Amino acid sequence: MESGHYRSTKLPDIKLMMWIFLASDTMFFGTLIGTYLVYKGRSLVGPYPVEVLDIPLTTVSTFVLLMSSFLMVLALHALRQDDTFRFRLWTFGVAFFGSIFLGFQVYEFAHFVDLGLTLQGNLFGTTFFVLTGTHGVHVTIGVIWLLSILVHSFVKPWTSKDEVYLEVAGLYWHFVDVVWIVIFTVVYLVEFA
Amino acid sequence: MAVSKVTVAAPAGSGVFTRPNWDAGWLSWLTTVDHKRLGLLYIFTSFLFMSAASIEAFLIRLQLAVPNNTVLNPDAYNQMFTMHGVTMVFLAIMPLGIGFANYFVPLQIGARDLAFPRLNAFGYWIYAVGGLFVYSSFFLGGAPDAGWFAYSPLTSLSNNPGNGTDFYMIGLFVGGIGTLVTAMNLIVTIISMRAPGMTMMRVPVFTWMMLVTAFMIIFAFPPLTIALFQVIMDRTFGTLFYVPQAGAMPILWQHLFWIFGHPEVYIIVLPAFGVISEVIPTFSRKPLFGYPVIILSGIFIGFMGFAVWSHHMFTTGLGPVVNTAFALTSFVIGIPTGIKIFNWVGTIWGGKVVFTTSMLYAISFLITFTIGGITGIMLAVPPFDAQAQDSYFVVAHFHYVMGGGALMAFFAGVYYWFPKMSGKMMDERIGKLGFWFLVPGLHLIFFPQHIAGLMGMPRRTQTYVAGIGLELPNLLSTAGTFVMMIGLILLAVNLVHGLLRGKPAGNDPWDGRTLEWATTSPPPHHDFDRQPVVNDRDAHWVQKYPESVHGHRVPESASEPYDANGIHMPGQSWYPFIMGIAFLPFSYGLLYHNFWVLGLSILIFFVGTFGWAFEGVGGHHLPAGGHAHPKGARS
Amino acid sequence: MQARRWRLGGLLLAATLLLAGCEFAGPQSALDPQGPVAQAQKDIFLWTFWLSWPVMIGVFGTLIFAIVRFRAKNASDAKAIPTQTHGNTTLEITMTVVATVIVVLVAVPTVRTIFATEQRVDVTALEPGDVLVKATGYQWWFKFEYPELGITTANELIIPAGRRVVVELDSADVLHSFWVPNLAGKRDMIPNNRNQVWFVADQPGTYYGQCAELCLGAHAYMRFRVIAEDDAGFDAWVAAFQGAADQVVQADPLVQRGQQLVAQKGCIGCHTIDGYYANVPVGNPDFPNLTNFGLRTTVGAAVLDNTPENLAAWLRDPQAVKPTNRMPTLWVVDDPNADEEIDAIVAYLLSLGVPDAASAALAQGGLHGGQ
Ligand code: HEA
Ligand code: HEA
Ligand code: HEC
Ligand code: CUA
Ligand SMILES: [Cu+2]
Repeated sequence: MESGHYRSTKLPDIKLMMWIFLASDTMFFGTLIGTYLVYKGRSLVGPYPVEVLDIPLTTVSTFVLLMSSFLMVLALHALRQDDTFRFRLWTFGVAFFGSIFLGFQVYEFAHFVDLGLTLQGNLFGTTFFVLTGTHGVHVTIGVIWLLSILVHSFVKPWTSKDEVYLEVAGLYWHFVDVVWIVIFTVVYLVEFA
Repeated sequence: MAVSKVTVAAPAGSGVFTRPNWDAGWLSWLTTVDHKRLGLLYIFTSFLFMSAASIEAFLIRLQLAVPNNTVLNPDAYNQMFTMHGVTMVFLAIMPLGIGFANYFVPLQIGARDLAFPRLNAFGYWIYAVGGLFVYSSFFLGGAPDAGWFAYSPLTSLSNNPGNGTDFYMIGLFVGGIGTLVTAMNLIVTIISMRAPGMTMMRVPVFTWMMLVTAFMIIFAFPPLTIALFQVIMDRTFGTLFYVPQAGAMPILWQHLFWIFGHPEVYIIVLPAFGVISEVIPTFSRKPLFGYPVIILSGIFIGFMGFAVWSHHMFTTGLGPVVNTAFALTSFVIGIPTGIKIFNWVGTIWGGKVVFTTSMLYAISFLITFTIGGITGIMLAVPPFDAQAQDSYFVVAHFHYVMGGGALMAFFAGVYYWFPKMSGKMMDERIGKLGFWFLVPGLHLIFFPQHIAGLMGMPRRTQTYVAGIGLELPNLLSTAGTFVMMIGLILLAVNLVHGLLRGKPAGNDPWDGRTLEWATTSPPPHHDFDRQPVVNDRDAHWVQKYPESVHGHRVPESASEPYDANGIHMPGQSWYPFIMGIAFLPFSYGLLYHNFWVLGLSILIFFVGTFGWAFEGVGGHHLPAGGHAHPKGARS
Repeated sequence: MQARRWRLGGLLLAATLLLAGCEFAGPQSALDPQGPVAQAQKDIFLWTFWLSWPVMIGVFGTLIFAIVRFRAKNASDAKAIPTQTHGNTTLEITMTVVATVIVVLVAVPTVRTIFATEQRVDVTALEPGDVLVKATGYQWWFKFEYPELGITTANELIIPAGRRVVVELDSADVLHSFWVPNLAGKRDMIPNNRNQVWFVADQPGTYYGQCAELCLGAHAYMRFRVIAEDDAGFDAWVAAFQGAADQVVQADPLVQRGQQLVAQKGCIGCHTIDGYYANVPVGNPDFPNLTNFGLRTTVGAAVLDNTPENLAAWLRDPQAVKPTNRMPTLWVVDDPNADEEIDAIVAYLLSLGVPDAASAALAQGGLHGGQ
């Protein structure tokens, strides 16, 4: 992969791969968001979005996720400087903030179910849970990935030579973050606009 | 090269899996990460599926030979054409293109393998598993029967309670993942592993078309995958995506499917265009006419392919404005396609045309595909499409472009590249004889279908009204299948004959133009002994006949030794196989709602991912110069 | 190469002969238009068809000329190296322009025809003389309602020739498609997706229709008829339906017995027959309405002609006539009374809407005979 073949571009293979994957992933989310929009307002029975969505709460969790992206930048910067301590600290921070976001989401889902919004109840429930759930799965994978990096860095210390591996994880993380901004706008904000 | 003994030791006990490195024996095919072996596996597997699909086609035609026939009852008939379509599109012809790409893209760009060899193996195993899974439906309560595009709400649990639809949805979902990762892999490979000197404008056209195809795949498959996922959710967890009673719109499925589906038809045909762009120059002994134009029109087709999907939905009542828009985009796509056709003809013009079997197929491709393309333009006229949609006119159109187009191009590719892959020649006499059955047979099958369609025969019907003029076209069409079958049998005979008795091919039997002809047939494990260096398009030809290329200076060197590290050969691995196979418990678990089995498979994925990641690329280095590669490390 | 040229020529020749002749007439042929919509659709097809000839002659002609003219004549010729030309910009531009011109030639009439045939008719503002129909697809038959006339029937759409018919399309279950090639191209019947198609039949006549969207099971047998009558015939037919509630059961004892059996056998559990009992509604709207069944020309969604023998065969074993359809078999195989009962029901059904012999002699108007 990384060694032994003549390279016709400057980009490392895995970084290129991640960009391509993200391009494809955009279509995945695009389709889910598209479905959500097509079915917006078509639910025959409640609960309807305005009745359940809680903007302040989700704003907080969105902010947490945004901050994690910021920490991601710091972590990468630290690794480039070979600052192992900060690299580990910020990486942990990203994963931690990601987990908080997930916590919010679990709470939100449970709360919605209490309010009667279920996967099978109406079209809003169906499209909402599948869209945000898919995003949640992305965040979960990201958290596991970052924690694995963290653990691995104790087994075999990471240096600036491993930068590209963190960078790739970072690309993924930023992407998941940006997608959330879109979802937050389309699903939450637009509803009250 | 002879296949020799298994060289290497059994896996040791410690750790999860020891790195396998078999050179030969069947196990070596499970752990291989070699693009050539995987290419062969793809091609071989797609042949198997294609044979199954042909048998299904044969049964369809038998049933339709005369009205009110009773070879198949309606349910069996629905399963037959659904499986025929699904198999041809997803399990046969698309993987065939990918198989060729696997084998020849690295060779054409002078690389040693794909960028991610293990991922490549993984992609193959998922494809194989997905295909097996779909086919197991025949033994587990009935195959899918809602047509290859499985329109909602025909697929909802209430309208289609059997398991068939689940096999379709889950099988394609899984198979799609394989296609996606392979496409991503190809893109990285083509972008970053080209030999020194091979700028994008020197990349062979087959490789170029695969690049466009791969890009189309990564954008086209996600909508399908999500749509499949939605139906799986509906059927498994009771969501409402496609439940009209809850307000859902079945039309959404059609949009999602065709946003994938139209690009898909170009995903099928672009690799075929690539093959044609290799075969015609070689056998005209001239460079491709208008290389940059061919490339650009390929890219343009790739883009436009995403802007025409609603021409499959002209009759769904989108309204005159939308229909006009999609009609116009569909017409426009005819322009770059036409330009390609013109350029292929231009390549022949002024050349020295050598009538090999491969070239015959290429010529028949030009004719058949053009006819199919023109009927495509007719279909893109919405008022006419109102009559033709879901009639045999459409069936005729897409068999002209897919059967007479893509498949014939791939047959040209088989004849063209067989010597490179096997080191043996196929027999030209049997080949040409087969051709003269196959292609006329094809026209005999599908030409009358235009007329049947215009005379009012809807597709997907296991019988038709007697006495309104449909008997003759149908009978001719069925007769054609017998003619074509002879051609196919001759092709199969020729393949076996070539493998067993074929004359040695030598490195470059056709006086080829691109890099794959610069190495031995079959190529060594590491593809090239020395790093090829590229000075021009048609890198190999320029090397052989520098003076023939007008104004070309004689290239200094065609290759250079690999650097001091030698050639890095990626290690074999068990993980791709294991992770691929894990999709079986995944699929059956989902299908039978057995969440223990499902959980088990997810556990395997989880553990496997870590194993995969920490196993690393592995491998070893062949000394620079590369001659001392391990014995028997064949293809 | 002779063979190739011959084959191609033969193919094209066959195509022309076939398309030029009127061999393609037929009650279900798109090439046999019987109304302005289908005519426009055929015209645009023929336009693209003729336009394809110069394209094919140009491309194939050049191709064939090239492979003949530039073939390698012998083994050593096959090793010769022709001039390695790479392309020609002027030629490329010319070809692009030519292709674009062809596209424009197709596009302009296409857009015109789209707007001439596919505009939605506003059903709240119909023109005088228009007939409004609501067609609903069921697995595997069609329900036809005339909301303005208060008529519900199945599988046979009676229309007045020369007047515009606007059909609102809906589906009760899966996708179906409404297609009468002689009159108009198809339009899909999709749940939650109100669709419409309109057409005119120039002449009285019978035109075949068929469901064109896979709906599983008996999809191949999901057919129907459009029967265009002159105005008098149409009015008579309407009158027969509107007066159905007041029709008396014919005096024939067999018919009388049939009427009783229809209740005993449970037919009216599913099928509506207007006027079966005065003012007592029977049946279920989601099954074919059998009112005035004696006026029908077909049985089982146009699978069989409506003759006593065919109708008896249908009742005896609907599944044998039309596999997988949803009408149950109501007589066990060895039911000794079956034949006699079926005969009676057949007599009854065929009497519906048909005046008995005495009154028939009186009423001579209308195609089917009036009341
Ligand atoms: C390899 C696959 C392939 C290819 C390449 C194409 C190519 C094209 N197809 Fe086809 N198509 C299918 C596979 C393919 N199709 C399949 C599988 C279906 C049916 C799916 C299903 O319902 O099951 C289908 C159905 C289909 C429909 C829907 C029919 C219906 O269901 O109602 C339409 C409608 O517009 C259409 C149009 C076109 C057009 C405009 C092209 C164009 O790209 C063609 C361009 C080529 C040419 C025009 C010929 C060469 C050009 C010249 C010689 C230049 C001069 C000519 C002009 C400038 C016009 N196709
Ligand atoms: C690539 C695509 C492809 C190919 C090649 C074919 C090939 C054939 N198809 Fe096709 N067909 C489809 C794709 C294809 N089909 C699709 C998508 C549908 C729509 C399904 C639906 O409605 O859902 C369809 C539907 C369809 C119908 C309509 C059914 C209906 O609507 O009721 C019919 C009817 O005649 C038919 C017949 C045939 C026949 C006789 C062949 C013959 O040409 C078959 C001959 C066999 C081959 C040409 C392959 C041979 C190859 C090998 C045996 C392996 C060896 C290979 C190598 C050496 C490389 N097919
Ligand atoms: C369970 C419901 C059911 C019962 C009971 C039933 N039918 Fe039917 N019938 C149907 C359905 C559904 C169809 C439409 C079948 C098709 O064409 O797909 C049908 C069709 C018919 C047709 C053909 C209608 C047409 O438009 O061509 C006739 C005639 C008919 N039934 C008569 C009868 C008679 C007589 C009986 C009683 C002996 C009867 N049916 C009992 C459901 C029923
Ligand atoms: Cu209804 Cu097909
Ligand atoms: Cu298309």
